[in-house]
Amino acid sequence: MSATTAHPPVRTALRPGLVLRGLLLGGLAILALLPVLNQLPQDSALHVSDFVVAVSGKWICYAILALAIDLAWGYAGILSLGHGAFFALGGYAMGMHLMRLIGPRGVYGHPVLPDFMVFLGWTELPWYWWGFQHFPFALLMALAVPGLLAGLVGWLAFRSRITGVYLSIITQAMTYALMLAFFRNDMGFGGNNGFTDFKELLGMPLNTSGARAALFYAALLALGAALLLCRHIARSKLGRVLVAVRDAESRLRFLGYDTTAVKLSVFVLSAMIAGLAGALYVPLVGIINPGEFSPGNSIEAVVWVAVGGRGTLVGALLGAFSVNALKTWLTSFAPDLWLFVLGGLFVAVTLLLPRGLAGLFRREEGR
Amino acid sequence: MIGGVEGRLYLDGVSVVFDGFRALNALSLIIEPGELRAIIGPNGAGKTTMMDIITGKTRPTAGTVSFGEHDLTRMDEAEIANLGIGRKFQKPTVFDALTVFENLELALKAPRDPWSCLRWRLAEGARRRIETVMEEIGLTERARDRAAILSHGQRQWLEIGMLLIQEPRLLLVDEPVAGMTDQETESTAALLRGIAGRRSVVVVEHDLEFVRALGSKVTVLCEGSVLSEGSIDHVQNDPRVIEVYLGR
Amino acid sequence: MFRLLCLLASLLLIPAASQAQESFEATAAPLAGSFTAQAEAVERLGALGDPRALPLLQALAEGRLQKQADGTLLIAQNGAVREALSGAPAAGPGEVVRINNRVRAALRGALGRLQLMSPEEAVRAAAAEGLFRSRSAENIPLLEQALARETVPAVGRRMEMALAAARLMSGDVATRRAGIATLGASSSAEARGLLLEARAAGAETADGIDAAIAAIDGRLKLRQMAETAFQGLSLGSILLLAALGLAVTFGVMGVINMAHGEMVMLGAYTTVMVQEALRGIPWLAAWSLPLSVPAAFLVTAAVGVALERGLIRHLYGRPLETLLMTFGVGMILQQAVRLIFGAQNREVVSPAWMQGTLTLPGDVTVTQNRLWIILFALVVLGLTVAAIRFTRFGLEMRAVVQNRRIAATMGIRTGRVDAMTFAFGSGIAGMAGVAVSQIDNVSPNLGTGYIIDSFMVVVFGGVGSLAGTMIGAFTLGLVNKMLEPWAGAVLAKIAVLVGIMLFIQRRPKGLFALRGRAAEQ
Repeated sequence: MSATTAHPPVRTALRPGLVLRGLLLGGLAILALLPVLNQLPQDSALHVSDFVVAVSGKWICYAILALAIDLAWGYAGILSLGHGAFFALGGYAMGMHLMRLIGPRGVYGHPVLPDFMVFLGWTELPWYWWGFQHFPFALLMALAVPGLLAGLVGWLAFRSRITGVYLSIITQAMTYALMLAFFRNDMGFGGNNGFTDFKELLGMPLNTSGARAALFYAALLALGAALLLCRHIARSKLGRVLVAVRDAESRLRFLGYDTTAVKLSVFVLSAMIAGLAGALYVPLVGIINPGEFSPGNSIEAVVWVAVGGRGTLVGALLGAFSVNALKTWLTSFAPDLWLFVLGGLFVAVTLLLPRGLAGLFRREEGR
Repeated sequence: MIGGVEGRLYLDGVSVVFDGFRALNALSLIIEPGELRAIIGPNGAGKTTMMDIITGKTRPTAGTVSFGEHDLTRMDEAEIANLGIGRKFQKPTVFDALTVFENLELALKAPRDPWSCLRWRLAEGARRRIETVMEEIGLTERARDRAAILSHGQRQWLEIGMLLIQEPRLLLVDEPVAGMTDQETESTAALLRGIAGRRSVVVVEHDLEFVRALGSKVTVLCEGSVLSEGSIDHVQNDPRVIEVYLGR
Repeated sequence: MFRLLCLLASLLLIPAASQAQESFEATAAPLAGSFTAQAEAVERLGALGDPRALPLLQALAEGRLQKQADGTLLIAQNGAVREALSGAPAAGPGEVVRINNRVRAALRGALGRLQLMSPEEAVRAAAAEGLFRSRSAENIPLLEQALARETVPAVGRRMEMALAAARLMSGDVATRRAGIATLGASSSAEARGLLLEARAAGAETADGIDAAIAAIDGRLKLRQMAETAFQGLSLGSILLLAALGLAVTFGVMGVINMAHGEMVMLGAYTTVMVQEALRGIPWLAAWSLPLSVPAAFLVTAAVGVALERGLIRHLYGRPLETLLMTFGVGMILQQAVRLIFGAQNREVVSPAWMQGTLTLPGDVTVTQNRLWIILFALVVLGLTVAAIRFTRFGLEMRAVVQNRRIAATMGIRTGRVDAMTFAFGSGIAGMAGVAVSQIDNVSPNLGTGYIIDSFMVVVFGGVGSLAGTMIGAFTLGLVNKMLEPWAGAVLAKIAVLVGIMLFIQRRPKGLFALRGRAAEQ
């Protein structure tokens, strides 16, 4: 007998209203249809443009990132302002794979070295680029590197009981430091320009609509898997432990829980999900550069979750899609206005709508 | 080592200094396995600090603190809790976002590591255990309510329930009856008396009637060390205790 | 030897100005003649020490000297041709006076001599510098002469160096040793280079040279350390200014204001505004920077009050929400400034008294504006401490921090104290902006770089301790600058960030931790 059936209706925090669930399933279904509709003839009423497919693909990756943030923030109360760094590291890992696949098709035609290394006058591939010609290795690194970094930072922070805003600022400093580092040419990650001009992935040329659809479905699949995983965690006793960590960490310690281990494991998992999102994002958009590490990106992602409603998972998706839709729409005709709106969202959601959009669809909690 | 007796709590010469202020001053105390002990003392006597020391929240500046053969000064809160030392706080702290049932489920004695929590399934035995405790603390009706909406007394009871369900070998109970009605106070005393014998219980309390109802040995703390120790009648007639409580 | 005597004799003649003047034109005339006549004329002109000879000889050396058929000398300059002696415009261009190597050699000496004796300090200094570079034993007597006449110490020191360099080339060992000793007493990298060359050339004086080089190295290292320390203090003073306001709002009130960097930015823009407003009032314009300090304080304090009363107040006790909300406010402020003032950098002119460099003993050079900023930071720190310690507002603020409820029961209007404390912290950030405008680009995103650094300073120094903030700021500044030479600016910054993270492992509450019950929360 499972924990949920023992006392079913009380987990309102994890059981969004029917509207919300309908919205989620409907939204995912529409997303799944997009590449198909893209194949319809141009004059068809249901045809969607390449742009819509490309943009939605991006948003799916953002939604995965938002899920990762919600797991750490909404459940365990760890407000990371550096999740963009995990996303970017995953992206760089995949980018390195894509760069290796360019092979002799680069501008300089070097059989192994990416263009920027030839340009810098390097003659050998640095050791940390070894192995990235293999897709499984690159994918593994896209998960492992963010996981290890989160493990290190989290271990240092959690074990000295650094919590709340201190942790937020430290994670922000982390992504800031990484941004500075990745801007350097001698790091061997393409400096300012990062990686671009990718040719193929898993044998598919990237510029075909088939490849785009495949990448799109891969991202959608990953989103579904990440959602199910996070939901499984949230509904397990671990989910309740996370909520307890968030609300009264020291009390939980007196109950005999090693809260450091609990937070560390969820932080690492969250970073790995973010890394996966980044790895899917890079082939979709065709570029990765150090700008992805900028602290502003991370905090913008936090706002998606805040707008959607944290601690609900569905809210993270809702927020990621709605804020990004707003951004795409607004920047197309009034780019100057966007930063005001984004700033305003920060203010409005914290002051007026602490439970986010998802909170609007919810019954009042606990009776 | 004298503290090495299984299940015995042993404090010897424990001092705690905060910025020159001595919260505990060479405090020595032994709680035998199964003993029920009441600790009283005026404000600032060091009662809560003593609890903090035992549960690993605060580190002593000097002295020995052990439980059985375990040196508590080298362990963190979770490790100490897992040794079987449970604590109820003065201000009831339960997990507001979780239901009564879930609060008890978290406290239930079970593997605490993240992986086990993820794979945890509520077995029939565990569920019955939780239901039994809810019965004991009178919260069966409210199993599915979030702790946030409980009354103050109910929160106290819930926390006592969480303490019981951990099956600790030593219970530290800080002012359990604050804010309770007389009848609730009476049943709390009965509950604690019932627990003692199987487990050691240390109760910190202001309410002397309650302490009398416990019928246990009493230790009076003052300015961080033991002022007097014995039966309730003994300490109430101790001139030094009278001076501390009434004099000056 | 004859030439030397000639030279000495002619130098003795210099004071007799009237004689010199009379003979100047006659002496110059042979420049139009044969190479031999030219060489002699050049040497005599050089010995004469008449300032008019300098442009003439320079023109000859640079091929700008022309002669007309009648022997009148002309100087071509910037396309115009004038008569060399009278300065009157010439009727037309003449034939370029050509010279050979012998004349050239004579010219070098004569020019150097003339310049060394020039009435203008800068010319003399430049000549000494030139002779230091060209170093030839032949210049020894010339330099000795010039040195004896020199009255300006700074120029004299340069001449000494040039003399030492010339002596180093001498055939005489004793002379060389004298040169080595002088060079060894200096602390210049160039002198070290000369000595290294000389050591490679001959073994006779090797021991002396080694000792001299070691002495120079010691002094160079000291100077470098002093300059690094100054740069570190300078960076530290900026960090202190930026962090001080945060130490008040975060350290004292516990409010994390992510728009703090934008307060610094607003302070910098206030400086720009004040400068532009006063541009039309000449007697006030010079004081625009000092006037910007109170202006920036008032502007940012006002923004701070609005922010606290309007928004932050509703989020007390919810630090993470406050963090997000203030980040949004920062974003709005940035974008507003960008739309109003444009995204490009604005220039703030430093007043004259802040420009230039100052040379401290031991050739340590420091820039004036950074020195002023260090002073300014210390003054602001002092004022902040005084405001908290000695004013009624400070007392109320401390009371509210320690126990809000009891303070309220004693009649302190805690809401007003909160607003004022926040305004105070924001105002300090604004004053930091005035200082930052002097060394950094004033642009809308100026503040972004400061928030993380400031926060690190506050955490490192210990939340709630102004002394900790000061020591934290200077420590981080110094460590950063000490790491920079061998790690590079970016890696040094990263190393400092990592270092702080490791530091809080050992001391989670920072350098100056508050202890007791208040710190437990």
